[in-house]
Amino acid sequence: MTAAWRQPLALIVPLLLLAGWWASTHNDPYGLIPPPGAVGTEMWDLAFGGINDDAFSGVLLRNLVASALRVYGGFALAAVLALPIGMMIGRIRIVRELLDPSFQLLRPVPVTAWLPLSMILFGLGPRSAFFLVALGAFYPILVNTIFGVRSVEPRLFEAAAMLGASRASMFPKVVLPAALPGMFTGLRLGLGFAWVVIVVGEMTGVSTGLGAMIMDGRQLSRTDVVICGMVTIGLAGFLSDIAVQALGRRLLRWSPQHGA
Amino acid sequence: MAPDTPTPDALVRIEAVSKHFVAPDGSEIEALRAADLAIAAGSFVCLIGASGCGKSTLLRIVGGFETPSTGRVLMAGKPVLGPGPDRGMVFQDYGLFPWLTVRQNVAFGPAARGLKKAEVHAIAARFVDMIGLARFADAYPHQLSGGMKQRVAIARVLANDARLALMDEPFGALDAMTRERLQNELLDLWARTGLTVIFVTHAIEEAILLADRVVAMSPGPGRIVADIPIELPRPRDVSSPAFNDLRRSLAGLLHGEPAIRMAA
Repeated sequence: MTAAWRQPLALIVPLLLLAGWWASTHNDPYGLIPPPGAVGTEMWDLAFGGINDDAFSGVLLRNLVASALRVYGGFALAAVLALPIGMMIGRIRIVRELLDPSFQLLRPVPVTAWLPLSMILFGLGPRSAFFLVALGAFYPILVNTIFGVRSVEPRLFEAAAMLGASRASMFPKVVLPAALPGMFTGLRLGLGFAWVVIVVGEMTGVSTGLGAMIMDGRQLSRTDVVICGMVTIGLAGFLSDIAVQALGRRLLRWSPQHGA
Repeated sequence: MAPDTPTPDALVRIEAVSKHFVAPDGSEIEALRAADLAIAAGSFVCLIGASGCGKSTLLRIVGGFETPSTGRVLMAGKPVLGPGPDRGMVFQDYGLFPWLTVRQNVAFGPAARGLKKAEVHAIAARFVDMIGLARFADAYPHQLSGGMKQRVAIARVLANDARLALMDEPFGALDAMTRERLQNELLDLWARTGLTVIFVTHAIEEAILLADRVVAMSPGPGRIVADIPIELPRPRDVSSPAFNDLRRSLAGLLHGEPAIRMAA
């Protein structure tokens, strides 16, 4: 699996979109959507300031860091909960019968629907954002962990048993390594979701973060700021996924689906 | 019926072992009926028969993966209650741990038995060497050919000091050339190590080539129908008249009506 984004073919669609955007906006000064050039300028001002000297000048890094902390914090919380719960649901029947139906019932509820309740439970501010991000990342990790630990080839238990592995050592020696690819897929999807959910999470009245910046931009009809926020989230999520994939290739060298 | 001579030094004793399964429709299937067999230490026994004759079931019962419905299996005098490192199994689908390298797969048993690290390392190195995969010691199973994988599966059983190797059509998934090479390697290892082997196959030629003794089984219900010593000198020539005579009579036994053929 080579990195598809390195291939020139992958650039065609983005360039066409950019061209279409430019063609439909560049000589319409009163349009609601600014042309790419104006957004580029705004991006520079957001990042480094010195152009507009308004409320948005030079705030990008601060917002990016605030969002990234929530994304990774919420994701870490989700992983810490979902991995062990998923392993137990997958391998221990009584836990599965106890918890699985409840999770199945709660899973279809979208994160956005949790927003009002989350604001009541956790108040306006970063704690709500944190909760929503964790919730968004939780289910993909949970579902893939359950799948991972349940789909261990029975043959491998037989092989371990005939080689003298004790019953107690089956989990660390067979289940865990065999489930790693599934768990890894869950973590990767979970982190992706965390970046998706962050904007919703930051609609809860926090003052920093890319989501908050987009909301402010919307209220002030600063569509250029909104687009800059979108681009930044897209890039951050993309780079974060590349890092996770690189990690996966290292840890899962043995797996034909992951190894380089 | 060849008599099941009760050898005093039998390593494995299969006593009146039968196995019933309940089919999904509720009916009972008799996979194995009253099998008796004593296997001498150091011998190479092939179980042969058409599918459904219970040969794999019998092998899995000796391995401890299935419990018999009646009867029992004694290994070195002790009843078999579950899988154990004294009875190594070689599966047709290899059953290697994909996340471990060749070396680590071979080291799995010694490590599971709690040997010291240095010892585990030395054993793994010795057996990886023995199967000629030293160059691939750090490769993962998905990087190996089928023949190499099966060599690793055999090495990990040997590395574990198993006294008995249970082989369930181990070469069935390999191409003809690789199969031939592995058969010879297996015989070589067997001669060198004094291992006892129970080898399940449905290939008549393979059974006669490898075994000291061929135990023929028949389906519906699965049962032992003949127990034939193979006294051809080794290395065996598959094109020799004696080999072909045996092949013909065994084929007749397996494909024809067993009771009548055996009387002949």
